[in-house]
Amino acid sequence: MERLEILKTYKIYIGGQFPRTESGRYYPLNDKKGKVIANICLSSKKDARNAVLAARKAFGPWSERTAFNRGQILYRIAEMLEGRREQFIAELQVQGKSKVEAVKELDFSIDRIVYYAGWADKYLQVLSSVNPVASSHFNFSSLEPTGVVGILAPKNSSLLGLVSLVMPVIVGGNTCVVLSSASMPLCAITFAEVLNSSDLPGGVVNILTGDVNETIGTLSSHMDINAIAFATTEQKISIVIENNAVLNIKRLRDFSSTVWELDESQNLHSIADFQEVKTTWHPIENIGGASSSY
Amino acid sequence: MAKKSNTKIEWNYAASPESTSHVSIKESYDLYIDGKWVKPSSGIYFPTTNPATEEVLSQIAHGNEVDVDLAVKAARKAHDTVWSKMPAKERGKYIYRLARMMQERARELSVIETLDSGKTIRESRDIDIPLACNHLFYYAGWADKLDYAFPLRKAQSLGVAGQIIPWNFPLLMAAWKLGPALAAGNTVVLKPAETTSLTALKLAEIIHDAGFPPGVINIVTGFGDTGAAIVNHKDVNKIAFTGSTSVGKLIQKALVGTGKKLTLELGGKSANIIFEDAAIDQAVEGIVNGIFFNQGHVCCAGSRLYVQESVADKVIHKLKHRIESLYVGDPLDKNTDIGAINSKEQLQTIQKYIEIGKNEGAEIYQPKCTLPSKGYFCAPTLFTDVAQSNRIAQEEIFGPVLTIQTFRTVDEVIQKANNSPYGLAAGVWTEKGSRIFNLTTKLRAGVVWANTYNKFDPTSPFGGYKESGFGREGGLHGLEAYVKFI
Repeated sequence: MERLEILKTYKIYIGGQFPRTESGRYYPLNDKKGKVIANICLSSKKDARNAVLAARKAFGPWSERTAFNRGQILYRIAEMLEGRREQFIAELQVQGKSKVEAVKELDFSIDRIVYYAGWADKYLQVLSSVNPVASSHFNFSSLEPTGVVGILAPKNSSLLGLVSLVMPVIVGGNTCVVLSSASMPLCAITFAEVLNSSDLPGGVVNILTGDVNETIGTLSSHMDINAIAFATTEQKISIVIENNAVLNIKRLRDFSSTVWELDESQNLHSIADFQEVKTTWHPIENIGGASSSY
Repeated sequence: MAKKSNTKIEWNYAASPESTSHVSIKESYDLYIDGKWVKPSSGIYFPTTNPATEEVLSQIAHGNEVDVDLAVKAARKAHDTVWSKMPAKERGKYIYRLARMMQERARELSVIETLDSGKTIRESRDIDIPLACNHLFYYAGWADKLDYAFPLRKAQSLGVAGQIIPWNFPLLMAAWKLGPALAAGNTVVLKPAETTSLTALKLAEIIHDAGFPPGVINIVTGFGDTGAAIVNHKDVNKIAFTGSTSVGKLIQKALVGTGKKLTLELGGKSANIIFEDAAIDQAVEGIVNGIFFNQGHVCCAGSRLYVQESVADKVIHKLKHRIESLYVGDPLDKNTDIGAINSKEQLQTIQKYIEIGKNEGAEIYQPKCTLPSKGYFCAPTLFTDVAQSNRIAQEEIFGPVLTIQTFRTVDEVIQKANNSPYGLAAGVWTEKGSRIFNLTTKLRAGVVWANTYNKFDPTSPFGGYKESGFGREGGLHGLEAYVKFI
């Protein structure tokens, strides 16, 4: 008799743990032939709120990590993903990609993580300024992370889209709650396992599966979410997000028309989009030197 | 030997009013659209008054949707045919010229600003008007250097920018918004606040004298409905708003699904934090400047004072003594420290909050000063025994009202200071450098002043975290609000 395969249980990722949805609900994910691949968690509004709590709790410590350390951890994520190549390629194929496409998507994803890992200790230098104010003050503007970011991953890109949205957000010290693609959830959850084994503190990235229509309202209206990055083809959803953003003046970034396979889709600006400019003033004593009377 | 004083010092100065003889204010003002003065289609004018005397200064046109449409059309035409097409260095030269002509008329602008808004002449003369001119000077130079501002990205003008200006810094806020918009090649429909339209209308005269192509800057006066007409106009590409968080939210809501670019500079409830090792006398001056500058009509006012417990009695004592000598009165008098509250409505709001504070159980302190019998005035007000949850410590009052709380540890004061939906500014007073940088990096606010407060500069980006809005004004970072990338 042929050996019976062990099936994997796909669960959601909150606060560095893999709980089932608190609602106990699931939806079946089928392959092309209609055979059940897995029972996926149908996340509830309560799951979304729990994820926001975890992300908020993780924000302080993560944002205070050194830039160097964040870069190291992101690079570690790339290492872990590289090490799990075969699993991701297989999952991408199960979700409908050809082998060639799957390999390409994985390669893009790994390289993208390395790209953003490299920015960790550089974006601040590039985007900060010392401002020559016309008074005796030392004045400089630097960047600080916006806070907790909600991420609506694209429906049609299971891994690359998710990675491309999450990395610029977390490299800048933000934490996030991700609503992954309902039709392609496998890589999202397996990617959570990668994150969990990469020294990334629990709660920095939280990933939910399920019906976006059900959870996006909770996420976009949550008063403890500061910004939302979204990629969606449905205007109905973007309108919900924009309307709810008003409640606490959320920053919104629309990536709906981004083509993730293009090199231009990775850039410094995607990091800056989730940063706040902070300007600091300090008086300068102005004695001696060029004005010296000696 | 001088008697040891526990008697009150009498600070009486001879009156020193700024002359208004060189100022001309017309009996009424029309709208400035497409390089011409245009009567409002409604035919309606409303009075603008001097809040220090309650006298009517002039009649201002109330623009409506029809007028706004006219202005947007003029701006669109000017954008598409002239302003975005001309060499960038020529645009820059127009803005330089505007800045210079404003400087030349600075005294007149200062007096009018004080007459119309109630702010002290010292402030409009030394801060508002010079800063407004400097701001335009700064952005004029960016016009032909945008490629350096956005490396590897090609920046392009957005089109027509609708700009809605608050009443607390009328001309200065207009300059903050015009500078980057014009430099980046946008054209503008600008609406000043209904209580303070005059300097914007004077600015229109200067724009006209400077020879700007018609339609590049249009000034449409009016009320909230006029602003709404700008926000909702289909052919406006960008809205920049400075004002209250509640109106900011209405605007953000109105723009849902339109794709219009938005920047919001909204309210605040900024913490000013005094540590025991601070230079106390300097800190007291900083507290006074933080909350009483411009009658407290400052979005980044240091309205929540946190004093370390060990020095609280000393600081509060010195603060009370200091505000005894503040001069509240005629804004045109060069001795005056605190001028008039901008409008009757705002005075009522402030008085409402003072009542709320008393009812919440906080202890009020006001110096014994006599307020002028006419006009809208409010004595500088301190509240002690304030709880973090009190409304007077949570909500923006926008007046000369300071809440005072104490703290023991650094950790505690960071928690308290950040416990606010706002995040515009903060102040830190300590002589210890490492403590300054701990605080300045942990306070969630867009502008942090260490051992100073309420300083502004064209090169210095200004704007908030959280519900204090998004986008920056000033500096390199302020340009991004007015460009798109191709």
